[in-house]
Amino acid sequence: MSAITTATQADIQPSIDDLKAMAQVIRRHIITMIHAAQAGHPGGSLSAADIVTALYFRVMRLDPANPSWPDRDRFILSKGHACPVWYAALAERGFFDRSHLTTLRQLNSILQGHADMRKTPGVDMTVGSLGQGICAGLGMALAGKLHGKDYHVYVMIGDGEAQEGAVWEAAMAAPRWRLDNLTVIVDNNGIQNDAFTAEIMPVEPLADKWRAFRWNVIEIDGHRMEEIVPALESVKAIKGVPTVIIAKTIKGRGVSFMENVPAWHGAAPNDAQAQAALAEIAEGLR
Amino acid sequence: MSDHPGCYHFVLPEIVANLPGDQPFARAHMQATRYAYADAILELGERNPHVVVLDADVSKSMRTNDFAKRFPDRSFNFGIAEQNMMAAAAGMATTGLIPFASTYAVFASMRALDQVRNSIHYPKLNVKIAASHSGITPGPDGVTHQAQEDLSLLRAIANSTVIAPADPVSTKLAVFAAAAYDGPVYLSFTRDPVPTIYQPDFPLEIGRAVVIREGWDATIIALRDLVAHALVAAAQLAAEGLDVRVIDCHTLKPLDIACILAAARETGAIVTAENNVIFGGLGSAVAEVLVENHPIPMERIGVRDTFAESGPYLALLDKYGMSVRHIAAAVRRVVARKHAA
Repeated sequence: MSAITTATQADIQPSIDDLKAMAQVIRRHIITMIHAAQAGHPGGSLSAADIVTALYFRVMRLDPANPSWPDRDRFILSKGHACPVWYAALAERGFFDRSHLTTLRQLNSILQGHADMRKTPGVDMTVGSLGQGICAGLGMALAGKLHGKDYHVYVMIGDGEAQEGAVWEAAMAAPRWRLDNLTVIVDNNGIQNDAFTAEIMPVEPLADKWRAFRWNVIEIDGHRMEEIVPALESVKAIKGVPTVIIAKTIKGRGVSFMENVPAWHGAAPNDAQAQAALAEIAEGLR
Repeated sequence: MSDHPGCYHFVLPEIVANLPGDQPFARAHMQATRYAYADAILELGERNPHVVVLDADVSKSMRTNDFAKRFPDRSFNFGIAEQNMMAAAAGMATTGLIPFASTYAVFASMRALDQVRNSIHYPKLNVKIAASHSGITPGPDGVTHQAQEDLSLLRAIANSTVIAPADPVSTKLAVFAAAAYDGPVYLSFTRDPVPTIYQPDFPLEIGRAVVIREGWDATIIALRDLVAHALVAAAQLAAEGLDVRVIDCHTLKPLDIACILAAARETGAIVTAENNVIFGGLGSAVAEVLVENHPIPMERIGVRDTFAESGPYLALLDKYGMSVRHIAAAVRRVVARKHAA
């Protein structure tokens, strides 16, 4: 694990086991941050932790010392309320000091309640109002084609977010411009703010919908690093169409009492709950 | 430059010669400012490779299809999907491109306002929003296509710059100025033809209002299509012995406070004229400056608390209280109040 914790060692290709370990470090930060802030969204941060770890520690071409490097791969967390997972990955990857993490949502913090590209090094797009990050990612992909750059744009959306009409405006547009430099990952954890997505406004069958929009569709278990990494690494070889990775995930993954419980979409753990959660995550580390 | 009453600045001599007259703009070159935008963006495209144009299925109407023909690689028609277009423009701007997102003002300022606020203005990205059919200028189309609120809405957003040029000459200069400025700019254009009133040396600078007619009895502060009507009103009032200053306040935000306060101190009475609701636009902005600094008699010309309807542009201006006679009457009232005080 130590081999992938600093920017200077980024060239070392981390193993699947390294990535699994890092995902638990990220989960530890998520709990610590949201507990410190006493506000935030742990469920959707934890469900995204494995995929975000794979992106930042193995898949994406980045230079933490130069966050605005024009040739970098881009990541946009369109489901911006899950930004603790993003901040944790950026800090561990060396974009800023880990000491910032517990300032989440506090006055004068670089870590806003929803991510702000002007405040946080490494955040490629300001997000928070759902259904916009995917469209911004489409714009970045168009620009990449126009400039003849070979960077790739990764956008993560939520399954609840797929209720936003603008998601489908982007879904319609990306194949029209043959944006094979754009990959959307659906963190399909099945829960939105109010309750289970299937109860509020069903979005399934997601794979059929994206196929009908002419996307290359890959379906994976979003917690099995053995599936996440090959899926993410396969997309750059796909030519002429954008790819969507529909990742089946569990909201609150890694903390048993948060798993698949809608109440943990946007609630902070108290002291005892945080302690229990951190103990479970430490268990996962071993 | 002379400042004696009745002296005009930057206004074409043939326009001045016909003021007020029964048909003051009979000999003027008429052009919708949306087409002046299309001309300007074509010129910009030639000299700035970073300029890209985004459309939402009204490129024929805005003639941005000329840009698309000349620069097909730098033209993107998003179809009828303004929300996607605005957020994609933001994404493009993060890479150094200068996107001009072009659509009708109702869609730019309302359909996609969330994207305009959160993805463009909050991160202060270098996106230009080119909005045609502003105000109630798309007369025959009716209320759904009349953007009587766009200036107010955009003015309320932090980091915004809002420009509503009066004629084709100043429109082209505004487009060039917007491209040279690093940050979001909302540009407001007319659907209907308006007279070309300015000489090519019109000094369009973002945030600097221009006195286009000198006067010391009262001031009309106008923007976009009502500037021409303000000029006619001032000429009519001159025949009655009132010398009225006319200010083209093309930049609604940032407002030229110094120019407004000078007019307040020197003329003592102000009328604002905008083809926009009287809430939150030019009239409100000027009133805020006056109330906080130099309260004087003031009236606002604009759309009252109502929607308009289908009809010819000029007939609508008259029915909804924004034509020359309404502006002139408002000036007479504020002058009377000034003298009564």
